[in-house]
Amino acid sequence: MAILDKHAALEKNATLLLVCSFLAVTVGGIVEIAPLFYLENTIEEVDGVRPYSPLELEGREVYIREGCYVCHSQMIRPMRDEVERYGHYSLAAESMYDHPFLWGSKRTGPDLARVGGRYSDDWHVQHFTDPQSVVPESVMPKYAFLKNRLIDPEHTAELMEVHSWVGVPYTEEMLENAEADFRVQIDPFGDIDGLLERYPGAQVRNFDGEAGISEMDALIAYMQMLGTLVDFSTFEADASR
Amino acid sequence: MAEEKNENQVETTGHVWDEDLEEWNNPLPRWWVWTFYATLVWGLIYTIAYPAWPLVDRATSGFLGYSSRAEVAADIDAVEQANASNMESLATIELASLSDNADLQNFAVNAGAAIFRANCSQCHGAGAAGVQASGYPNLLDDDWLWGGSIDEIAYTVSHGIRNEQSYDSRWSEMSAFGEILEEEEIAQVVAYVRSISNQEADAALAAAGETVFLDNCASCHGDDGAGMRDLGAPNLTDAIWLYGGSEELLTETITYSRFGVMPAWSEEFRGASGLSMAEVNAVAAYVHQLGGGE
Repeated sequence: MAILDKHAALEKNATLLLVCSFLAVTVGGIVEIAPLFYLENTIEEVDGVRPYSPLELEGREVYIREGCYVCHSQMIRPMRDEVERYGHYSLAAESMYDHPFLWGSKRTGPDLARVGGRYSDDWHVQHFTDPQSVVPESVMPKYAFLKNRLIDPEHTAELMEVHSWVGVPYTEEMLENAEADFRVQIDPFGDIDGLLERYPGAQVRNFDGEAGISEMDALIAYMQMLGTLVDFSTFEADASR
Repeated sequence: MAEEKNENQVETTGHVWDEDLEEWNNPLPRWWVWTFYATLVWGLIYTIAYPAWPLVDRATSGFLGYSSRAEVAADIDAVEQANASNMESLATIELASLSDNADLQNFAVNAGAAIFRANCSQCHGAGAAGVQASGYPNLLDDDWLWGGSIDEIAYTVSHGIRNEQSYDSRWSEMSAFGEILEEEEIAQVVAYVRSISNQEADAALAAAGETVFLDNCASCHGDDGAGMRDLGAPNLTDAIWLYGGSEELLTETITYSRFGVMPAWSEEFRGASGLSMAEVNAVAAYVHQLGGGE
């Protein structure tokens, strides 16, 4: 097998080895990665998924800053035990506006992909303030300070703009109204029509029950919308995806 | 290349150091080479059997037709099938007669325990002992706000408490007496409530509080303070408190009132994410046998 003897040429020439390794990796990448961007059965559009509202996005920032993803995953795998405990398995489309995605890989605490609506706002406030008061066996740290840290939405529009650079379809209108939308989401008596039109299904209420928009409000707003956007009574799973 | 051979007839790379130190070029062991070729063949078969090769708009689906979504759907179906007859009987059974059917009751209690851990333990605790600081009731004791028979429990689970989606949910609303009574009167009624629950209280204040109680509280909590289940009004004469029986907490409760909520869990109100009638009955059976069931 003469061609198999030629490897000696590669092994004795560093530049040639480098060039050929690069070619091999390139072919591997084209075959394994590139098709994911165009194959129909790896891209699934699902009704209901929308970009985060300004308040939810700020809550997501708090989630990232506090490292919640270190102990909590946001990815329900397609296995019976997970589906029965957490709800319908996660769809790729549900994290299409996550940059970066927060699937996580460790579950010291439970998965949070469908935590929205599972607990009351009061429960969340109590739990963030003192987790052991509602879950005695929990090892989660206390986050009571979030209640005292008010968020100034001065930079919220910029945050959304950064997300739009990486592909989140925030429109001009959304960016212009960022601050107003941020403020109105905790005020059910405010002018919320615009907010609900831009972010269908956004939940509007005073999440932590206290005056001002704190990081607690933002984080609970984010918690309460997680996994709630897709209506699974109308979703039909395509088995080949 | 690499054709040089030494006196041992072993191929060398031609490198020699220190006059006689040669770099030999022995071939790999044959078993290793064949294993390597076998993994190549295995890989090829694998990509034909399972979804793999990208084509124009879809990837090949593989001749085994594997799909993780289909697999989980099949897993769930299989378990549902296995439980189908039990779940069917549970959905339609008169709950009061469940204890006559030991097998079904055993099934219901175990199924209910799983449902409880996934949906109820967040507030009522994994051991169902509740969380007093937050007013999440203890389900292990004999004290029931709305009734502790298995039917009443099932109704509470399916309709929720102060749940606005259901007109028939359990609904009670105590006034915030801070707007109605003077601070002094509240102090008196707190003392009275502590006295009827056998706690330490100022006798003079408590005596004055009795009138305040009869005028303002007795319509729901009863003249003797023993509560009224039809209204969800708690019994104030026992040692069991939903939010706490200390002077401070009672004053807070009376001044601002409390408004704990429980979601409605049945499919009727929660759609696909709700519990089916059989599941509601199962969780009621589980809670009923925890210790306080009537």
